[in-house]
Amino acid sequence: MAKTPVQFTLNGTHRAHFVDGGANLLDVLRREVGDLSPKYGCGQGTCGTCTVLINGEPHLSCLTLAESVEGKSLETTSGMANGPDLHPLQRIFMESFAAQCGYCTPGMLMAAKALLAGNPNPTREEVIEGISGNICRCTGYEPIIDAILQAAVELRSGRVA
Amino acid sequence: MSSIEFRKELFADERDDDLNEVGKPTQRQDILGHVTGRSPFFDDHLFDGLLHLKCVRSSHHHANITSINTSAAETMPGVVRIIKPEDVPVNLNTMLSIIGFGKDDEALLQGRKVAYKGETIVAVVAETELQARNAVKAVQVEYEVLPHVLDVEEALKPEAPVVNATYPNNTFDYHDQYDHQKLRFGDTQKALAGADHIVEGEYQMSPIEQAPTETCGAIAAPETNDRYVCYTSTQALFFSLGISAKLLDTPSGRLHFIGGTVGGGFGGKVDSLHEPLALLGCMLTGKPVKYNFDRAEEMQVGAPRGAERWRIRDGVMNDGRIVAREFTGFFDSGAYTRLSSYAIVKGTGHLPGPYTIPNVSSNVYCVYTNRTPATAMRGFGITGVDFAIETHMDKVAEKVGMNPIELRILNAYRDGDMKAHRRLAKNCALIESCQVAAQKADWAIRPEFAAMSSLRDGGGPRAEIPQTIIDTEGRIGDRKRGAASDTAPSKNGTLSTKAASTIAPVSASQAMGQDVKNIAGKPNLMPGVMPDAPQPSPLPAVQPVAPPAPQSAPPHVPPPAPGPAPAIATPASAPSLYQPLPQSSPPPAPPADSATPPTPEAPTPISPGASPSAATPATEPYRPSEPFSRGTRRPGASPFVSGTRRR
Repeated sequence: MAKTPVQFTLNGTHRAHFVDGGANLLDVLRREVGDLSPKYGCGQGTCGTCTVLINGEPHLSCLTLAESVEGKSLETTSGMANGPDLHPLQRIFMESFAAQCGYCTPGMLMAAKALLAGNPNPTREEVIEGISGNICRCTGYEPIIDAILQAAVELRSGRVA
Repeated sequence: MSSIEFRKELFADERDDDLNEVGKPTQRQDILGHVTGRSPFFDDHLFDGLLHLKCVRSSHHHANITSINTSAAETMPGVVRIIKPEDVPVNLNTMLSIIGFGKDDEALLQGRKVAYKGETIVAVVAETELQARNAVKAVQVEYEVLPHVLDVEEALKPEAPVVNATYPNNTFDYHDQYDHQKLRFGDTQKALAGADHIVEGEYQMSPIEQAPTETCGAIAAPETNDRYVCYTSTQALFFSLGISAKLLDTPSGRLHFIGGTVGGGFGGKVDSLHEPLALLGCMLTGKPVKYNFDRAEEMQVGAPRGAERWRIRDGVMNDGRIVAREFTGFFDSGAYTRLSSYAIVKGTGHLPGPYTIPNVSSNVYCVYTNRTPATAMRGFGITGVDFAIETHMDKVAEKVGMNPIELRILNAYRDGDMKAHRRLAKNCALIESCQVAAQKADWAIRPEFAAMSSLRDGGGPRAEIPQTIIDTEGRIGDRKRGAASDTAPSKNGTLSTKAASTIAPVSASQAMGQDVKNIAGKPNLMPGVMPDAPQPSPLPAVQPVAPPAPQSAPPHVPPPAPGPAPAIATPASAPSLYQPLPQSSPPPAPPADSATPPTPEAPTPISPGASPSAATPATEPYRPSEPFSRGTRRPGASPFVSGTRRR
């Protein structure tokens, strides 16, 4: 099967890969690139655990053709921390019991990051809307919503960029 | 966490609050991996040349397989190996065989007769997932479609199709004797006859898919030391290891299982379906093999919490005391046993809920139907019946015109009370929980109920095991032969007295001074079931708590005329559950029928004509509910199908 060359940046690093025609971005990130932070949950765009940011916008990588990210900038959860320093969202997720099994967490963090980038001072309802595409079966969502609101406060106060 | 509140004042004398961890929020040890996306779930292990395994699945609820043709699939691009039923070294298992409970009844790959839609028939191993899927479509399976049964009570009828050849009566065999799990404590039949009110209810819980965000799966790969490594999502690593070793007929020492990072389980990841098949694929190809459910398979084939149907019949006094409670329960095990047999044993130990009721009986059936096999999920065995019990408690409260929280407090276990499965209640907290719940919800309860405590008024006569009537109704096969049709405990009076026996009452001091579990009934798996040789009741040495009545009290007697007023529980003191019921019965004497020495070793065969109610001849051949539809009316069918009550 013919392969297509694709170049993009992933968490600030330039990447070049040959991908199968029709391959989805989730498989390419996990199998070709080796970034295992986006997860497979449903393969049909309903659970949100494969969420990645493409040019800052949240996308479901399981429904994104890998060829379509040519020249774009991708972010995943594995790129959120700055060396040993966790992103405030990661740290507050840890401190507020916003993760249990951890399988939805990478997608949830991506959705939260995109939300706060576009809306630094969201209401609770806006947070709920912002993560409405991400399913969590463990927490009941409340600790996640609390964590995102708390992170918004910290990010606005400028403690960490 | 702000949402968690610790009530330190409750049971302050029982607890040591100098604990370092308990009662204090503590972070998960794996949380850092979770928030950085580095936690190693089973699929986060990369292998060069990983092969993908996908399965051919039954497209029918119930069918004989007449032929399997894989020739077209074998030559398709990327296909490395087709695995057929005969390739599985030991192709029959039941999960709990690991602890010696139940018979092997389920094949890893089913080649003869499928018993549920989605049952695994053939596995295809290919270089890519897409190639495996395409080859699965090319496998041709010919079926001879059989009638199917999707409702638990339909499955008990004599004319119902046999779902699972290992259990031809469509019920799990309990203790090699009965088609149901029995609990007998006191004499519900008599107590119901003496109650002021009979409150009946039927409750149905549908199957629930655990739906973990990570679907079930495993990756198996050869190691260099003639062992195989298996990364798995299992919740039960040593179950999966033991089952894989058994099915693959290999020492477990050759299998190196790595798990522990589970992307949500909730009970749905204990069934060990993926590890043996991934390992077999790996052994047959010598390559790393991954087998996981896609989301559709997870929902259709992944075992859910089984459906449960419960009927509860309470005898209640005007003051709210529940003097008798009778259960009839049906667990929908699906086509195979998995864990439902165990769930029922566990659930039976929970009856009658957290309430001290002096007369309790239950018949609970583990029924095979042509639905997806059921398995564990969060409190399984308890959750469904607790839903039924607590809904029923509200119904009882309404019937006697009582505050539902006060009703619960009145009937709640106190420390030292005897439970129906013959253990003493201890560390009880229902009363305190009710009081706090009422306070939180601004639900007024009277001061005397607010003053009650689990620590007071228990034990004494409430610690006694009452004289108990044991029947032998429901021997394996009777129901399917048409020799027994009723399923509720008290409706079997005519049959039960044939070989009925009694367990003498046990006094509080005896019960509390001895190992309670040895007093009546075998421990552990057999709550309330007599061991081999039940003795005819001697004249009780101690005052029986519920004197035996003349036998065959009709099960549906109306409440007795207000004769001797039933004892009213004095509020703020122990509810007198063991007050004599209004009675006209003679003093304690063994019932005539049950005085006949039982012959448990050679049970009296019950002839089909023995009981008029039992003779329900199959007048017409069984017709499947085809197509299975909700809300249809079939003669004799339960009013519940799929949770919708028919009118």
